[in-house]
Amino acid sequence: MDLQTVTYLFVGASFALYIGIAYWARARSTSDFYVAGGGVHPVTNGMATAADWMSAASFISMAGLISNMGYGGSVFLMGWTGGYVLLAMLLAPYLRKFGKFTVPQFIGDRFYSNGARTVAVICLLVASITYVIGQMTGVGVAFSRFLGVSASTGIYVGMAIVFIYAVFGGMKGITYTQIAQYMVLIVAYTIPAIFISLNLTGNPIPQLGLGSDLTGTGTSLLTKLDMVVTDLGFNQYTTTPAGSMLNTFFYTVSLMIGTAGLPHVIVRFFTVPTVADARSSAGWALVFIAILYTTAPAVGAMAKINLHRTVNSAVQPGTDLFAPEASLKHEDRPDWMKRWEVTGLLKFEDKNKDGRIQYYNDKTTNPAVQANAKAAGWQGNELSVNPDIIVLANPEIALLPNWVIALVAAGGLAAALSTAAGLLLAISSSISHDLIKGVFVPGISEKKELLAGKISMAAAIVLAGYLGLNPPGFAAGTVALAFGIAASTIFPAIMMGIFSKKMNNTGAIAGMLAGLFVVLFYVFAHKGILFIKGTEYLGLVGGANGFFGITPEAFGTVGAMVNFAVAYLVSKVSAEAPVYIQQMVEGIRVPRGSSAATGGHA
Amino acid sequence: MENGNNDAYWKATLRLLAKVLVIWFLVSYGAGILFAPLLNNIHLGGYPLGFWFAQQGSIYVFVALIFYYAKKMGDIDREFDVHED
Repeated sequence: MDLQTVTYLFVGASFALYIGIAYWARARSTSDFYVAGGGVHPVTNGMATAADWMSAASFISMAGLISNMGYGGSVFLMGWTGGYVLLAMLLAPYLRKFGKFTVPQFIGDRFYSNGARTVAVICLLVASITYVIGQMTGVGVAFSRFLGVSASTGIYVGMAIVFIYAVFGGMKGITYTQIAQYMVLIVAYTIPAIFISLNLTGNPIPQLGLGSDLTGTGTSLLTKLDMVVTDLGFNQYTTTPAGSMLNTFFYTVSLMIGTAGLPHVIVRFFTVPTVADARSSAGWALVFIAILYTTAPAVGAMAKINLHRTVNSAVQPGTDLFAPEASLKHEDRPDWMKRWEVTGLLKFEDKNKDGRIQYYNDKTTNPAVQANAKAAGWQGNELSVNPDIIVLANPEIALLPNWVIALVAAGGLAAALSTAAGLLLAISSSISHDLIKGVFVPGISEKKELLAGKISMAAAIVLAGYLGLNPPGFAAGTVALAFGIAASTIFPAIMMGIFSKKMNNTGAIAGMLAGLFVVLFYVFAHKGILFIKGTEYLGLVGGANGFFGITPEAFGTVGAMVNFAVAYLVSKVSAEAPVYIQQMVEGIRVPRGSSAATGGHA
Repeated sequence: MENGNNDAYWKATLRLLAKVLVIWFLVSYGAGILFAPLLNNIHLGGYPLGFWFAQQGSIYVFVALIFYYAKKMGDIDREFDVHED
């Protein structure tokens, strides 16, 4: 069978599975719709959380980012996992004890204010909608690359699938499809990784392979990689950080507290039966996430050395990289390079017209490398590689059979769809539960609220699909914004709600607004007001990264600090939280008396 | 339940939290970032140690920390008799 047919079979089978689960897990009550009935086993919820969390970006792009950035890519690895420790200890068990359906509901009740609840809804909507655009475009990309249809057809198909299980199943349908999606994506991710590790190091476990010798060289893979990339003028792989030490620090903090504050992740912990389950479930979630996150750096480094080894035959024996015959002849390039050249993600330009591929950093400031390149008659780097190839082309580079490539396609789609569904649920429940029931129509019946939830879900899917089809020019920069907003508004508000009994409504609202404002101010200064080109105002923030060299992506940490400080100061000069609220906080802090999540205000 | 018990329970919770957060900080921001250049002089198999902490070790420790926390919180819940049935 040819690759196209096998891919259709695999993707089709996975979709049939999701639809089957959707039929079995229909939502019959608001509790089913918002929190899957509240009876999800902690290990099961951990697995669903892992799929919910790991997006198209984690699956497709992260290993490539690490491959490009080397040690600097660690901010993503630590940032996107360390947040779970915070989630497990600071937020999840207490929100589970609180026992309601949504994150804005906690903020509204705890700060006895529909204003606070509405601000939280706005923050949630901005963070989740920007995030969902990326998932929809991811679905389109996976379809167009693997199934040979246009990206927009892919988005329509993706919308239809999500529609079926998210509208009819709500959280219940999403939970059980996410479990299936986790299985698909993790198998799809690890199989090629195992083969490439075996191929390069003889060790089948990628996490150990990365610390082993490169087969046939007697040198450790990372040492070899460091030598090769520095000889070719690139930065040393294992030591080059992402900007200054301070920025690395702030970036990691921002990703960690942003992760802990993302509403679509938090609500997953409302679905387990007890407070103790919420704690352990966060651990299970991280176990399932760690399987991919500890494999990714191995995939990144191994794919990098594999690529260098392919285009330069002097890499493996450690001979002269600049010898004329060492560079691969373009006509001798392997089939996978030909295939990816067609997509434009891999480009070759024969600058010195010798018919060979010279792959090095032509912008290096290292005089020795400049001299070597000049002496060898190299006239610039001739190969450009899109980082997304690292995961997508891995099975082809490792010469794996067609079914593995098909599995990677199904895995990429599973990662994008599962995250999209989680986000869409957070969006629709904040509309039906927080805005409609909470603010506008408090007397709405359960049946009508369930219907409102389903309609909001359908509308959210159409909106996400529309934005995926017509991505606003700013789409690329927005995931950073989602983390910045979650870090600077939702995380501090929830944390203060639990850890400070006296924090009051005005303090919390002022804090959230201040956090939101400084993050938007700094990000817009760099990327333009509402991301419109030409409206940047870098002068006002002291030039690019003007605030102590902090990049806009890392600014969520500053936003969180501003939030905490403003909330503290404002709460000191206004009336402290009433006694019944302080008692409520005491109640949240102890596990006894937990019951399944309900939407009421009992 | 009287207030004294709740206060003592909350203090015990915060103590555990502080302990876990210190380790959380040391393996990621400490070993993975601040002291990574120093630790890279030591090798763990083929891994420079600082690099290993940043891309592998910190994640393993995070997982262990959550389960340790969940276990210890269970103990504290029972000690102060506030556990779920």
